[in-house]
Amino acid sequence: MTELRNVERELDSFRGRLLAAALFVLFCFGLLAARLVWLQVIRHDDLATQAESNRVAVVPVVPNRGLILDRHGVVLANNYSAYTLEITPSGLADTLEATIDALAEVVEVTPRDRRRFKRLQEDSKNFESLPIRTKLSDEEVARFVAQRFRFPGVEVKARLFRHYPLGDVGSHLLGYIGRINTAEKTAMEDWDEEDIANYRGTEYIGKLGLEQAYERELHGKTGVEQVETSAGGRAMRRLAHQPPTPGNTLMLSVDIRLQALVEQLFGERRGALVAIDPRNGEVLAFVSKPTFDPNLFVDGIDTESWRGLNEDIDKPLLNRALRGTYPPGSTFKPFMAMAALNSGKRGPHTIIQDNLTFSFGGRVFGSPESDRPGPKDMRLAIVGSSNVYFYTLANEMGVDLIHDELKPFGFGRKTEIDVQGEVTGDLPSTEWKRRRFSRPEHQKWYAGETISLGIGQGYNNFTMLQMATATATLASGGQRYRPRLAREIVDVVSGERRRIASDALEPLPLKPEQVAVIRDAMGGVPKEGTSRAAFMGAAYASGGKTGTAQAIGLKAGERYSQIKADERKRDHSLYVAFAPLEAPTVALAVIVENAGFGSTSAAPIARRVFDYLITGAYPSEQDIALVREGKATAPVGAPRAATDVPLPSINGALLP
Amino acid sequence: MSAVFEQPSLWQRVKPILFGFDGPLLTAVLILAAIGLVTMYSVGFDHGTRFVDHGRNMLIALLLLWLAAQVPPQRLMALAVPVYTIGIALLIATAIFGITRKGATRWLNLGFTVIQPSEILKLATPLMLAWWFQRCEGKLRAPEWAAAAAILLVPFLLVAKQPDLGTSLLILSAGLYVLFFAGLSWKLIVPVMALGAAGIVALIVAEPTICQPGVDWPLLKEYQQHRVCTLLDPAKDPLGKGFHILQGMIAIGSGGLTGKGFMQGTQTHLEFIPERTTDFIFAAFSEEFGLLGTLGLLLAFTFFLFRGLMIAAEAPTLFARLLAGSITLSIFTYVFVNMGMVSGILPVVGIPLPFVSYGGTAMVTLGLAIGILMSIARSQRLMQS
Repeated sequence: MTELRNVERELDSFRGRLLAAALFVLFCFGLLAARLVWLQVIRHDDLATQAESNRVAVVPVVPNRGLILDRHGVVLANNYSAYTLEITPSGLADTLEATIDALAEVVEVTPRDRRRFKRLQEDSKNFESLPIRTKLSDEEVARFVAQRFRFPGVEVKARLFRHYPLGDVGSHLLGYIGRINTAEKTAMEDWDEEDIANYRGTEYIGKLGLEQAYERELHGKTGVEQVETSAGGRAMRRLAHQPPTPGNTLMLSVDIRLQALVEQLFGERRGALVAIDPRNGEVLAFVSKPTFDPNLFVDGIDTESWRGLNEDIDKPLLNRALRGTYPPGSTFKPFMAMAALNSGKRGPHTIIQDNLTFSFGGRVFGSPESDRPGPKDMRLAIVGSSNVYFYTLANEMGVDLIHDELKPFGFGRKTEIDVQGEVTGDLPSTEWKRRRFSRPEHQKWYAGETISLGIGQGYNNFTMLQMATATATLASGGQRYRPRLAREIVDVVSGERRRIASDALEPLPLKPEQVAVIRDAMGGVPKEGTSRAAFMGAAYASGGKTGTAQAIGLKAGERYSQIKADERKRDHSLYVAFAPLEAPTVALAVIVENAGFGSTSAAPIARRVFDYLITGAYPSEQDIALVREGKATAPVGAPRAATDVPLPSINGALLP
Repeated sequence: MSAVFEQPSLWQRVKPILFGFDGPLLTAVLILAAIGLVTMYSVGFDHGTRFVDHGRNMLIALLLLWLAAQVPPQRLMALAVPVYTIGIALLIATAIFGITRKGATRWLNLGFTVIQPSEILKLATPLMLAWWFQRCEGKLRAPEWAAAAAILLVPFLLVAKQPDLGTSLLILSAGLYVLFFAGLSWKLIVPVMALGAAGIVALIVAEPTICQPGVDWPLLKEYQQHRVCTLLDPAKDPLGKGFHILQGMIAIGSGGLTGKGFMQGTQTHLEFIPERTTDFIFAAFSEEFGLLGTLGLLLAFTFFLFRGLMIAAEAPTLFARLLAGSITLSIFTYVFVNMGMVSGILPVVGIPLPFVSYGGTAMVTLGLAIGILMSIARSQRLMQS
């Protein structure tokens, strides 16, 4: 009985609370209703006018993108303003095709413009305004404005364009900007709210190279403008203004004059060169040939030009310095020797009898025809580029010890340079092979595979950036840095300069007397060894090592002389070097693809880089022509002062 | 001979499965769904397949509603402990292995799909609490209340720590509603509410000083402080959230008494309203249908909520009563917070408007919640008959 009454009482209490809840709902909805009446009745007139004329249209003002300058202040990327003709597809009165045809009667619209517009449209929404023509002349603007009434949904806008005044010089280094595409928009949704707000109104974003890596610095801070607009959406009057802050200036460590010189020396040949200051990791030149014109990408590249670049067998879009991996060939030998000393596997004075061949497991490993037989110590083996000395060394060390000794030099791992897209390359080890291959019979390491590692062949595969970084480390006796293309960021408002830290990594514990052995041997290469022709008469001493790397592996029974005729199967020419010998200020690695011996093509380029950096001498036109043809040795003709040579520039006429 | 009478015909067996729904509640649901579809057609017009997707989400939610309505409350009670336990386990897994986006660890990768476990707790927490109070029926003392508080605080704190203040507050409120209906003392409720009201007044009065840059608030994250300050003075952040509030208010106000008409909203179609298919869809609705439309929508929601409360009042067991009451008030919270945010009386928090806003997960949760209400309504009618 009591229990029943209890339940009864609980039910009463519950219903009381339901009533309270109902009242609470009514109270809150009452508040909402009052607010709605306030907005929709009392403030209606005011808010309706605001909506009708969009009086408070808040328009973001996109900041000017920061400049990019080289280490001496030469402008590599800037902005100019120009008129564009833009179409909003969803706002058209007629079909898109018909509108463009009608527009073509008023201003010139080339087939390229049409193709580019189509490409842009595929990647954007219907209500976005897209440029059909860029860089309108004043006359064209006047003609269009006079007939504007015919074209609803078409507008002339003044916009800032990115411009790369030096054209294709250093294009892989600078990268380019382009319109934000759908994938990038999706990625941006994960940004902080503040960053999303800062990119409101921004249509272009760094896509590659430094433009991409330093996007946040270069972008600047978006301003706000309150404008009064007409019913048609045209801005009539500015009500309030909070100006944008331009992006910061990026100052590179790269010397663009040197960069341009090296690109010229390559000529039509493919390849890469990276030059680094071993004292601080600053990159002085970062060359990948062939290059492309980044200006093509700025206002949207058309399908045809894109296909042209993309399908070119020379792969101009491939950043060879950053993403091209090559077997190092004999340029690997000094590092092998350093590993031998450091691990105690072989002393500097150990003599190896070089009979030009080395047999292992039934295979015979050979030497180039130019090699001479005889007893060789470490110095002689490097200066004369003995193969047998390093076959036996690799065999004695074994793949895993080689790997462990050379990994700290940065082989087979990212250098963490300040651009994105770097590849890792391959520094083989038994563990590496297990991970690399999926089938068990491929995963096992065979001792025979170790032999050719000694001369930089086999699975060895590195980028020129890794080779240059390793050479810098060796040249400086173990100092290591993350290479940096950019040197300083200059705040445009305060003028304050912020150094981009090229953090010193922990130095390698190399013994100075052992480094001296390698340095002495490398010093012998340009003096009396394989690159002496290219370095004849140099005003400074340098260290180096030539290399010749197989572009493709020889099939069984095939001889190199048989495939030599096919240009693209020819060996790559390499050179690693540093100068001055005793206190190096530059270390470099260079490869010329399919150009044969290292001494004939790569070393002459290195010679001219050192001449430029150390003595300030710029090669004569005649000399440049010889290098381009791969026929140069020591410089010929009267050298010029670097400052007397004008920088190559695409026609300044593009700048209004 | 007798077999003919004992064996009901197929139709008789199928009929309750197809029909036995609460008529008034179903009517309210259909009206609100229709409003949602009409509004989405207009705002989603330049927005690709939003309208079709919204319709598809509704069909999925309707299917779940129908399925949930077939599960009797007793069966639901048996589910409470396992669902809650799994939910908590997933939350803990999220805290350890979760995916972090924008500094918040809210998502868990299950290998085939990524889920947000806090969503499960929105229903699982009130379910578990209702089960607990049913178990302790008639002997509620301090230890039982303490256990209830623990059941509520564990998911709340786990979600708040992700951090996801919005969702954690929704879980907290859903749980508090159960506690309230279970008889939480007024002596506790009244002072807390009074304190809250005083806090809000203090905030409005003190706005000019505490929203200065460099002033840090205790407890709240910087972005949360920013949101509150933006609400108090939208002009401070015209490119960010303040822009939403300003443009939302202009849209609502410009609608006037009768609105600009279907598909005629200039604010909406000229893209002045950000997130116009999701959190700010109420602004688009208000612009096109005016005060008559907004009051009509409020009325429809009131009708829906009152029917939900009535179902709670008539429910046969304590478990069913508490669950029905909590679900109804939770849906009320969504409606009030969303409309309050869009019309500028509450801070901007990412809470959708039930039935109207675009969003698959929220729609699915809503379908399940209403399905449970339907099931409770049906069990009560079965008891009577």
